[in-house]
Amino acid sequence: MAMLQAPEEPGGAGVTGEPGLPPAIAPITAGGLLASGGGISGARSLRRMARAITSNRKASAGALLLLLFIVIAAIPGVIAHDNPNAEVYPKLLGPSSSHWLGTTALGQDMFSQVIYGTRPVLLIAFGVGLGATIIAMLVGVAAAYLGGVYDGVLNVITDVLLVIPLLPLLIIIGSYLKGAGTAVMIIVITATGWSYTARQLRAQALSLRSRDYLEAARVRGERRLYIIVVEIIPTMTSLLVASFLTNALYAVLFSSSLQFLGLGDPNVTSWGTMLYWAEQAEAFQVAPLWIIVPGLCIVALGAAFALINYAFDEIGNPALRPVRSMRRSARVQRSR
Amino acid sequence: MSSVPGSESAGPAEGSGRLASRAGSPAAASFPPAGAAPVPDAAGQPVLAVRDLTVEYVMERGTVTAVDHVSFDLGPGEFLGVVGESGCGKSTLLFAIAQLLAPPAGIAGGSVAFRGTNMVGLTDKELAAIRWKDLSVVMQSAMNALNPVKSIGAQFSDVMRAHGVRSKQEIAARSAEVLRMVGIDPVHLGSYPHQLSGGMRQRSMIAMAMLFTPDLIIMDEPTSALDVVAQRSLMVQVKELQQQFGFAVIFVTHDMSLVRHFSERLLVMYAGQVAEVGETRRMFASPLHPYTAGLMEAFPSIRGPRVPLTGIPGSPPDLAQPQAGCWFAPRCTRVMPRCRTSQPDLYQVDGTLARCFLHQEEAPGGGRP
Amino acid sequence: MRYVLRRLGFFVLTLWVALTLNFLLPRMMPGNPALAVIGTYKGGVSPQALKALEAQFGFTTHQGLISQYVSYLGNVARLNFGISLTTQPGTSVAHIVLDAIPWTLGLVGITTILAFILGTLIGIIGAWRRGGLFDSIMPPILVIMTVIPFFWLGLILILVFGVKLKLLPYFFTYTYTLTPGFTPAFIGNVLEHAILPAFTLLITTIGTWILTMRNTMITTLAEDYVRMARAKGLPGWRIMLDYAARNAILPNLTGFAMSLGFIVGGAVLIEEVFNYQGVGWLLLQAVFNDDYPLEQALFLLITVAVLVAILISDLLTAILDPRTRGAS
Repeated sequence: MAMLQAPEEPGGAGVTGEPGLPPAIAPITAGGLLASGGGISGARSLRRMARAITSNRKASAGALLLLLFIVIAAIPGVIAHDNPNAEVYPKLLGPSSSHWLGTTALGQDMFSQVIYGTRPVLLIAFGVGLGATIIAMLVGVAAAYLGGVYDGVLNVITDVLLVIPLLPLLIIIGSYLKGAGTAVMIIVITATGWSYTARQLRAQALSLRSRDYLEAARVRGERRLYIIVVEIIPTMTSLLVASFLTNALYAVLFSSSLQFLGLGDPNVTSWGTMLYWAEQAEAFQVAPLWIIVPGLCIVALGAAFALINYAFDEIGNPALRPVRSMRRSARVQRSR
Repeated sequence: MSSVPGSESAGPAEGSGRLASRAGSPAAASFPPAGAAPVPDAAGQPVLAVRDLTVEYVMERGTVTAVDHVSFDLGPGEFLGVVGESGCGKSTLLFAIAQLLAPPAGIAGGSVAFRGTNMVGLTDKELAAIRWKDLSVVMQSAMNALNPVKSIGAQFSDVMRAHGVRSKQEIAARSAEVLRMVGIDPVHLGSYPHQLSGGMRQRSMIAMAMLFTPDLIIMDEPTSALDVVAQRSLMVQVKELQQQFGFAVIFVTHDMSLVRHFSERLLVMYAGQVAEVGETRRMFASPLHPYTAGLMEAFPSIRGPRVPLTGIPGSPPDLAQPQAGCWFAPRCTRVMPRCRTSQPDLYQVDGTLARCFLHQEEAPGGGRP
Repeated sequence: MRYVLRRLGFFVLTLWVALTLNFLLPRMMPGNPALAVIGTYKGGVSPQALKALEAQFGFTTHQGLISQYVSYLGNVARLNFGISLTTQPGTSVAHIVLDAIPWTLGLVGITTILAFILGTLIGIIGAWRRGGLFDSIMPPILVIMTVIPFFWLGLILILVFGVKLKLLPYFFTYTYTLTPGFTPAFIGNVLEHAILPAFTLLITTIGTWILTMRNTMITTLAEDYVRMARAKGLPGWRIMLDYAARNAILPNLTGFAMSLGFIVGGAVLIEEVFNYQGVGWLLLQAVFNDDYPLEQALFLLITVAVLVAILISDLLTAILDPRTRGAS
């Protein structure tokens, strides 16, 4: 049972994982979650995470926000009554009771645009989140488990991709694929972005590789693939979820950047394209809400992902949690 | 060599006059239970006097008492072993004595008098005068306890300069001297921790602890990370230094065989409390507390008769769930009904203190809360 | 030594990959890029540039892909990036790029270093003084700061300080009516124009440094050797700087290098929003105008810059961390 240890236990291996990336983007240091024993398999781990999220205020806030966006994306028609693309209204109206956010320079209802714009963003976020995590997992686990030359080669590929500046690359690719659809954007962002989290997953897989229960499986004669799929991957659940969130966040930021530059799909209204049109129309003077609101949505969605991720960090490394009520004990100490 | 395999204790008590005489003078029943303490030497007072030391961890799910009203005395030059299972609080006790606790842990009560001065409640600045000059610490893993980006010499020099030694020659000379004391070639002053072997790192930690020949050196499982051969060699080195310089040692370990050979007095901890404390030889010969007895049985002598290995059934208690009765009751082989309902005090038997109702009748007037 | 060699090898490898990507991408595009350019700019492109482009893509010389590649690499080695098609038709790419570099270097370089130093210091102090407001409120705020899109913050700052309050300029690198020179008036004007873009970059990036430094410091402060330093009675400032921070900053240095790719992307966006004619702005112009020679040169430049920065941070790590230097 949980026995009280002496006051060490500094967040495990500390920052041997991915430092330096925006913390919400590289949240789980290889040590943080590992300190708690590496991982518990599949369902138990998910339940543990759910409990951890509800108990941590930051995570709950983030999760609630995310849920809100999912709902909006699922049933936009219920919330906004206008067709976002219909250019029927008078241009550049201010906010009013019939147009909560006013209208754009093309006569579209801004509120509908924001609401309907949620779905493409979430699609991209989840698409990239899933895709990049899967690739990162395959590469990371393969590199850790196969070792040797395979490890070296995969590592080099990962590192090179990590170093090449991504936005310029995306811009160039995007310009060649002028105005391609959402699916293409998902593919492109996934293909260039998986390397961020691949390194963390590899680090954890490496540490898990030498655990006893895996040795037992090997001695039992199980095949490598079995061991990888059935034993290793489920125990990495928490890190996989974190990787998903990281990649989703990165997708939101990069896709909206590309859309803002005009490289997105012109037929799809999303927050990034709204900002593109707003800049084109020089909305600073006439419709500041056009600039403010879509950006706020991006920040909100990004914050949702980031807060949950950061909370994971705190959960895995209790030292990071806010220090509270030590003053009481300190007072007692001093009074003697 | 003072340690002979099989002997009860490598007692250096026959050595220099600074070291304590044998413990065991019959004690008064009054508080503090001086029975387990040696008679102080001519200097007049014990080096360390711990009274009712209590350490709490303040966590989200509640407060846990990791060290519960621990009291003991330590005479000059004495070697006190502190043993117990993992998580019994022995390391916490050590850090509490050295005033090295960090949130969420904190001293919630009690006093730690070093040469008469209570260290509890002093600020780091006030403690700086005592630290290292009179009281130094050796930690479990030298790899973790040494700054990885500074050379050994630089770390020695940091300490000396922090305590007023300015001259480079003095620093260099003393650094070389302490390294030689532990059998390391002073050329390693320029080495980084990762360049030394495990045993050498541990020795250099001891050398560092000796820089000002303190009165008390606290050691937290310094041998756990070493192999058996290195262990013995390190312990012998420590005993030799102790004989030569006469400092007291508090030695925390979970290895009973080490304390048996090297310590004069022994303190057994369980669930943050003192379970038994007294003279080592006596405790090994006839343990009073059932837990101590269990520990002894788990480490049979290599020369004694062959006995089946017995452990202690059950597992250490979760300190977050307070108990009404004795902490050890669930695992005790000699448990009585009252053990489950009330907590025993420390009772004295012939100079040894034991926290067990079995010995309550023998102590005149009982012990203390 | 081996460490340095290994990093150099990685440097060269990544450079090669970037070069090859640069080479392959336009050729992989559906259709014929040269024809597309010719088609779009009938008559608007100088004949020299056109000829160079055709040659580059192998239409006149009918070279195979491999020999195109070889001559491409040869050209790069000689720093011959060709002639710009559209930006200032007829001018060499190298010339145009060189003009733009100082602006970006000044803006991004200085701001990033500032953000890193400030952020690291705040992070160190934030970790040293636990408890209180900073400890519980700042981390979530900082986390939110890190997800703010670069370009959006730029737009907002323009909205507030440029348009509404009319405090600061937000267009170009300097007021175009002024003649460039090292006069105080000009330099003052340049700085004025740089304030908003720099501020945008600072705010969006500093959160990262603060948070990661704080987290690393907290972990480091729990290490045994910090506790030992306390036990030895070392003064507080020495423990904080010499024992804790010196160790905590090591992973951050690596992270700094890794983040550069991210920051460069941000710089591109910020330059676009503020019409700040640096390298990023130029890249966008090149991309939108199908100016392939310029585009390729810029992409290469950006990649090389990131690689050089990474190399520098690796060297710094080797200097600060003896463990990377020698085997034990």
